Amino acid sequence: MATHFTLNGKPETVDVNPDMPLLWVLRDTLNMTGTKFGCGMALCGACTVHINGDPIRSCVTPISAIAGKRVTTIEGLSPDRSHPVQRAWMEIDVPQCGYCQSGQIMTASALLAKTPKPTDAQIDDAMTGNICRCGTYPRIRKAIHRAAELHAASAKPASASADDVPSTDAVLAGGAE
Amino acid sequence: MSAITNPLDRRSFLKTGIAGATGLVIGFYLPGRREVLAAASATPAVLNAWVHITPDDKVTILISKSEMGQGVETSLAMLAAEELECDWKRIHTEFAPADKVYYDPAFGMQGTGGSQSIHSCWEPMRKAGATAREMLIGAAAQKWGVDASECRAENGAIVHSATKRRATFGSLAVAAAQIPQPKDVKLKDPSQFTIVGKPTKRLDTPKKVNGTAEFGIDVRRPGMLHASVEHCPVFGGKVASFDATKAKAIPGVKDVIQIPTGVAVVADNTWTAFQGRKALDIKWDEGPNAAVSSATIRKSFEDACETSGVVSRKEGDAAAGLASAAQKLEAVYEAPYQAHATMEPMNGTADVRADGVDLWVPTQFQTPSQGMAAGIAGVKPDDVKVHTTYLGGGFGRRGWSDFVAESTIISKAMGAPVQVTWTREDDTQHDYYRPASYIKMSAGLDANGKPTAFTARVACDSIMSWFFPGSIKNGLDSSSVEGVSDIAYDIPNILVDYHLMAGPIPMGFWRSVGASQNGFFSEGFVDELAAAAKKDPYEYRRDLLAKQPRLLGVLNLAAQKAGWGTPLPKGRFRGIACLEAFSTYAAEVVEISIDKDGTVNVHRVVAAMDCGRVINPDTAEGQVSGAIVYGITAALKTEITIDRGRVVQTNFDTNPMLRMNEVPKIEVYFVPSEETPTGLGEPAVPPVAPAIANAIFAATGKRLRRLPFKPEDLA
Repeated sequence: MATHFTLNGKPETVDVNPDMPLLWVLRDTLNMTGTKFGCGMALCGACTVHINGDPIRSCVTPISAIAGKRVTTIEGLSPDRSHPVQRAWMEIDVPQCGYCQSGQIMTASALLAKTPKPTDAQIDDAMTGNICRCGTYPRIRKAIHRAAELHAASAKPASASADDVPSTDAVLAGGAE
Repeated sequence: MSAITNPLDRRSFLKTGIAGATGLVIGFYLPGRREVLAAASATPAVLNAWVHITPDDKVTILISKSEMGQGVETSLAMLAAEELECDWKRIHTEFAPADKVYYDPAFGMQGTGGSQSIHSCWEPMRKAGATAREMLIGAAAQKWGVDASECRAENGAIVHSATKRRATFGSLAVAAAQIPQPKDVKLKDPSQFTIVGKPTKRLDTPKKVNGTAEFGIDVRRPGMLHASVEHCPVFGGKVASFDATKAKAIPGVKDVIQIPTGVAVVADNTWTAFQGRKALDIKWDEGPNAAVSSATIRKSFEDACETSGVVSRKEGDAAAGLASAAQKLEAVYEAPYQAHATMEPMNGTADVRADGVDLWVPTQFQTPSQGMAAGIAGVKPDDVKVHTTYLGGGFGRRGWSDFVAESTIISKAMGAPVQVTWTREDDTQHDYYRPASYIKMSAGLDANGKPTAFTARVACDSIMSWFFPGSIKNGLDSSSVEGVSDIAYDIPNILVDYHLMAGPIPMGFWRSVGASQNGFFSEGFVDELAAAAKKDPYEYRRDLLAKQPRLLGVLNLAAQKAGWGTPLPKGRFRGIACLEAFSTYAAEVVEISIDKDGTVNVHRVVAAMDCGRVINPDTAEGQVSGAIVYGITAALKTEITIDRGRVVQTNFDTNPMLRMNEVPKIEVYFVPSEETPTGLGEPAVPPVAPAIANAIFAATGKRLRRLPFKPEDLA
């Protein structure tokens, strides 16, 4: 059965078993391997993508559930690593093995789209579903704060306060949203 | 790997290493070898096994080690670039093929482990860069008709100052490759280093922020099939019979085949292969281990420790030392099995053809992967091309090649490229685990609290019995006792003996290997001695480490940076521990609090490390910080238990990892040093658990002697 949805800003149609999780449609049907398989039970966050801007676990989301929706994957977050989260991740050199980082970045970018200046407690809340076995958590935290700064700096004249950044923001939500 | 972690083994390996490293370089300069490699990569000029340069000035450094997060892709490139004098911004890297030239002399094969990469490559990578530089200089001198001594390398070009001539590496590369290899190249004085020792951005980060880094599980080949294997849940069991009718009826399932490790479902995508497994009806012959449990294993360890074992260290007369002591302490400590739990589940991709095999694998050990595939496919090892991908974590797990074997067997059967993917449950339940261990320790203290004797009797699953049986001498697997047998404190009488336990649970190298449990045992027990001596645990250690300047150095640095002895907020308590592992010295101070329900919260960890010269301070900090997270996870959250011959835990719900909200503030300090660099991937793991246990004692007066520490231990 064909499922129609928007993938990274472009219309996409796949004809697969409607129960097939989005993760495997992305990885095996569409050969978009940036989204990772970690647990298959929504326990680790490696497979996180945005659906209509919300971070969801693609490993437990059947393809039938995303008909008509907008999906953004790590490949679509920005065309050139220019998303503030990607820039902060590079500046702080967050990844070690890197396997969980697509999911970390997708969760962090969804957090920042709704909460442009998250506190440590808000970061804990948003990121606790994403496991990193290399233990890059301290740098992830630092990079999320840095991404908030980068975004505030690019969104505002230098003299403006960063406190009134709009809560919905095309840049933070990802270029393809 | 563990073979190099025993102090004695380590020394002999280092000797071999120096000779071997020279052999590597010289061996590679055989002209035939250069032609082979040149033919394999047509465009670049091959200056040696590690340095290739194309006419457009692209410098490619070949990385013989697997990148599993430790930053070795960047740090090895830094070593070569330091001597090559190239433009760092134009550096490219490629993972080296499987080839004898890339053998690590410490292992006698190509592989990554034992916190060995930087130590093993420190000289060969700099020599590779220096040799290439000299050949480029030689080519420029020939071109200009000047003496090579008048030319120098500078930022990707050779310069002749007197005539202000300049030629880029790319323009000289083809000619340089024809220059005879210089036998002795002069390496820079470290005071001249411009790259080594400077915080340097990882070369892999850009690929890891947009999903383009290719891990093993991401490999896609034309015509590739996806497979997944149902393994017997009981270790040592096998398939008795199976009915694949329902599995084969699933659209997309291509075939179901029996292989030595179970029943493989081959499909056109991974999910369908997983679905096929669920539809299998398999009758298992559970074999001889179906009644094995953690309790039966523990009992066998306990029983073994009733009698003396193989002596691994004997100094003085421990019995006399104990007899003369003013007070005597005894304690039993225990550690459970641990799974590696890499974020990328095990997987492998193989394409078996009549003329050879291609492997795309996230392996830590290329040589065994190559050999195993060759044996299965019936081809020569040289006909197996190993393409090492990025590894989504290793921690020792990917030193095994079981996933390579499965993909090769299934590809051969299917006549097509096949990717085998394990589920998280497979990964948790069919690991090669960190050994369980049981230890009885005793010590005597004189009237001043100074130790007169230390004894330890260890019963531990033997890793080497699984991995390198030949390395076991007189029943001693040194990996089982490292971290306790080499106890560094000034104790006149020491006796450590050992029972090799060879059970059915598969054993493997787990980040920091034997030191991961033995560091907990020895550093927990030394803390008990300090308490019995009514001494401060830091000062007690310090007084017994006068003859161990490097370990004492990190102990003092950690204590100082942590503010040892200064007041803490109410409800906070400190613990300290230190250990040498893999020739790197580590000390850590933790600050904890304990909730009413017994939950231990770690608030701050201060680590002091001495690994000799630090190559890339930025990745070095990451390794230590990450190792501390790994250590806390194993101290407070995870264990693998056995029931009815199988692993009880399945996924991250039952084998829970440390998460963002549980991570303490971590501070890492390095002792400034010009010593030969040693590794950092593992040595920060062992002090974590004892430092936490010792802080728990400071908080509660309770000694926790069994890992992991559970709320019910303290409620």
